Amino acid sequence: MIFEHTHFRQALQLSPFHERIAALSKTENWTSWNTYKVPRVLDKLSTEYFAIRSGTAVMDLTPMEKYRISGGDAQEYLDRLVARDISNLRPGRVTYIVWCNDDGKLIDDGTLFQLGDNDYRICAQHHQLDWLLMSAAGFDVQVELETDNVAALAVQGPTSYSVLSEAGIAGLEHLKPFGIHDLHCGDIPVTVSRTGFTGDLGYEVWMQPSDALAVWDAIFAVQGRYDVHAMGLDALEMVRIEAGFIMPGFDFNTAESTVRDGYDRSPYEVGLGWVVNLDKGHFTGRKALQLEKTQPGKRRLTKIVVDGNKPVGEAFIYNGKNGKQVGEIRCTTWSPILKANLALADIDLVNGKLPSDLWARFDYQRELKWRTAWAACRAQAKPFYNPEHRSATPPARF
Amino acid sequence: MSSYDVIVIGAGHNGLTNAAFLAKAGLRVLVVEKNDYVGGATVSRELHDGWKYSNCSYVCSLFRPEIYNALDLGRHGLQVIPLVSSMTFKQDGDYFGSYSDPNIRRHELLRHSRRDADAAIRFDADVMRWCRLIRGFLLRTPPDPGSFKPRDIFEFAYLLKKFYELSESQIYEFVRFFTMSIAEYLENYFENETILAHYSGGSIIGTGLGVYSPGTAYVLLHHAMGDVDGNVGSWGFSRGGMGAVSGALASSFRSLSGEIRTDAEVAKIIVAGNKATGVQLASGEKLFAKTIVSNLDAKRTFTKVMDEKDLPPKLVERARNFKIRGSSGKLNIALDGMPTFSALPKDSPLTLGHMHFTDTLQRLEKAYDDWKDDCWSADPYVDLLIPSQYDPTLAPPGKHMMSVFVQYCPVEPEGGWSESKRDQFGQTVIDQIAEYSPDFKDLLLHAEVRTPRELESEVGLTEGNIFQGELTFDQLLFNRPFPGYAQYRGPVRGMYMCGSSTHPGGGVMGAPGANAAREILRDLRKPDTTPEEFSDD
Repeated sequence: MIFEHTHFRQALQLSPFHERIAALSKTENWTSWNTYKVPRVLDKLSTEYFAIRSGTAVMDLTPMEKYRISGGDAQEYLDRLVARDISNLRPGRVTYIVWCNDDGKLIDDGTLFQLGDNDYRICAQHHQLDWLLMSAAGFDVQVELETDNVAALAVQGPTSYSVLSEAGIAGLEHLKPFGIHDLHCGDIPVTVSRTGFTGDLGYEVWMQPSDALAVWDAIFAVQGRYDVHAMGLDALEMVRIEAGFIMPGFDFNTAESTVRDGYDRSPYEVGLGWVVNLDKGHFTGRKALQLEKTQPGKRRLTKIVVDGNKPVGEAFIYNGKNGKQVGEIRCTTWSPILKANLALADIDLVNGKLPSDLWARFDYQRELKWRTAWAACRAQAKPFYNPEHRSATPPARF
Repeated sequence: MSSYDVIVIGAGHNGLTNAAFLAKAGLRVLVVEKNDYVGGATVSRELHDGWKYSNCSYVCSLFRPEIYNALDLGRHGLQVIPLVSSMTFKQDGDYFGSYSDPNIRRHELLRHSRRDADAAIRFDADVMRWCRLIRGFLLRTPPDPGSFKPRDIFEFAYLLKKFYELSESQIYEFVRFFTMSIAEYLENYFENETILAHYSGGSIIGTGLGVYSPGTAYVLLHHAMGDVDGNVGSWGFSRGGMGAVSGALASSFRSLSGEIRTDAEVAKIIVAGNKATGVQLASGEKLFAKTIVSNLDAKRTFTKVMDEKDLPPKLVERARNFKIRGSSGKLNIALDGMPTFSALPKDSPLTLGHMHFTDTLQRLEKAYDDWKDDCWSADPYVDLLIPSQYDPTLAPPGKHMMSVFVQYCPVEPEGGWSESKRDQFGQTVIDQIAEYSPDFKDLLLHAEVRTPRELESEVGLTEGNIFQGELTFDQLLFNRPFPGYAQYRGPVRGMYMCGSSTHPGGGVMGAPGANAAREILRDLRKPDTTPEEFSDD
């Protein structure tokens, strides 16, 4: 999109789906996601949350930063860029990646779609063109920002397979998690990937911006037979924490825009060591990460369940009730499906180990009066919520 | 007949700041000012009926909020309104705008360069890092690195500690930042030539250097570290013009029982037995005090109002060679209405902020080349503002006041300044504006044209240098104004400096005045009334 001289009249740009989303917004509760106008909540948060966990929720993904990587050295370039070994990636498959600066500090995480031979798409939370182009020196590779050229919808929830099939997208039964198929919605060409940020069964549907409204209408035409709801960012925040997914810029600072020394994080420190492969050959940040691996870890972004039902909000973490302060909460949600306070917390390790007696101290308000609470925290390694139906192929039909 | 504890020479914003903190400590303080108005270069004057000009300094960004708070300037009438944008017109009829809304700013960057839109994030973070570092030193006295006094050792340790809070690679970057030219520095981030030119401009304002001269990257920081209500890099207008800043300072000072005498030019600082004892006015009148503070620039202080015989020869030499070159001019213009700019849509907010007309680094460098040849720039860099859009006190309703800062203008063109040369200089600027604004010349009611000569003769700044001395690394921190004299104390007992020639330098900051007050109060064993730095950490 080339911005006109009059773009100053509207701070937020409108996605190709905006007309439909605006019609469904009862709350007019909007925010900016990558300069697009997006809803936080359209109607009722619990309805949107349970649409994801029980039926189907639809979210506009267009604002996600998308970069097309192509050219003879595309694979070699990506292999050098990201910390994960991507040599097994094939056309039609997606993988989760992180990339670091020379100091081994996280710049961003994202998904890497292999669309064809030497043809890839990176989806990222942050603006990465500067880094991607800087990293391209010496490679025969083209890096193109295509955020505005590709419209996308996340269609997520246990009935999403049935909803998309009913909406006229045939051929989803063979699509496995992290797979990509080029399909049609009626006669509109769409690309469907079995990916998402909700931890539930779900798909992402990619299309030309000019086809956006037609695809939206086809999906919402099944309403009446299936429960389909548009969702906003607030419901997404709840389910992504339940799924244990982290958010750059919220759970860690992206390295190249961190001002204070030591306020950036390595992949190991945010629990993403599993996407770092030190044996795959050289990649940006490898030397620093190799060194870090030989030393006891300093801190770890940790999934914790905070006892009780009081809203946790912003909180410090202590080793022992009234003990030493060892960390702080980055994000938190009440999980309606688990009836528990879930959080991701940045916690200092002691000799490379997580302190054993974690407590959260936080303030909460009751009828204007502030109170202080102490609540015990239990750390866990696995996602808080990971239903079996998420990975079944073909998924259950409703 | 001495009834004062302190006499401050010059009622500039630093002189008044200094005097106010001394008065706050209970001292009897007199400020003497050569003009019949206070403010020095921080003034608003009515030279055309109904219009108020900020004749010299024109934006308020660096003024320390700690001083604002400690001297209660809000209740003494000061309001600083943040500026919302800046922009550069292109020769091809387009423009680049830097808007305060982050979404709109990004869209505009994308319109010019997709890569630069992302690089701007890295640039902002890097500049913020250096700003945070430098800001920690503004309200502190620089250490003397050669001294073993506990306080110097402590201050030097503080400096080193701040430095070592940076990572190893950041330390390298920092050294680069202090020594590079702005053009080369920005080329580490941006590729679009308009964006490069736009962000370079701040680095040459007030300085006798070009965009490719080493040391200009720091000048960018000096301008960028200002903030209005926590918005770092944001500049503001003081309501009523810059005179409102000195007006509030004078009012605060008077409320603390301070006394100001205008029309009282100091001819000499009286020294007896290596001690300053008073001042002799141009009228011949003598005034005595135990402490004498000079708000004048270091060159003027030591080569004009002090007797060179009273000074160490080495200091006289340093003062004579102090780098204080005039390079800026200014036009203050009364307008019959709001001018239109061909490139801008009618409702564009960009007229509310800084407007520039130089869209390439080459044009900026060429403007500098002219100045080196003792000519004013044929194609000058200007910083144009129309503050009457916000401020109802500057012009009658529907009319406007335009402030045009001009870089570069020579101290002395070949053959010297004359009225007609000054008008030609003014016309060059007016013609440049008119190229982008078709109705501008028709709206022009009155223009005050100022060259370095006016700045020197009216305000007293040597060569008309707006910073009281270049802001190059050799004249900063413990070398400002001279090595060994960076702690505000002069070469004779009881004599001090509080102007922008001292750390942390020029800009309407107030910090030199406050820092000098702290040192004076320390020597007089009085309680420290100066504020500590606000810290955001």
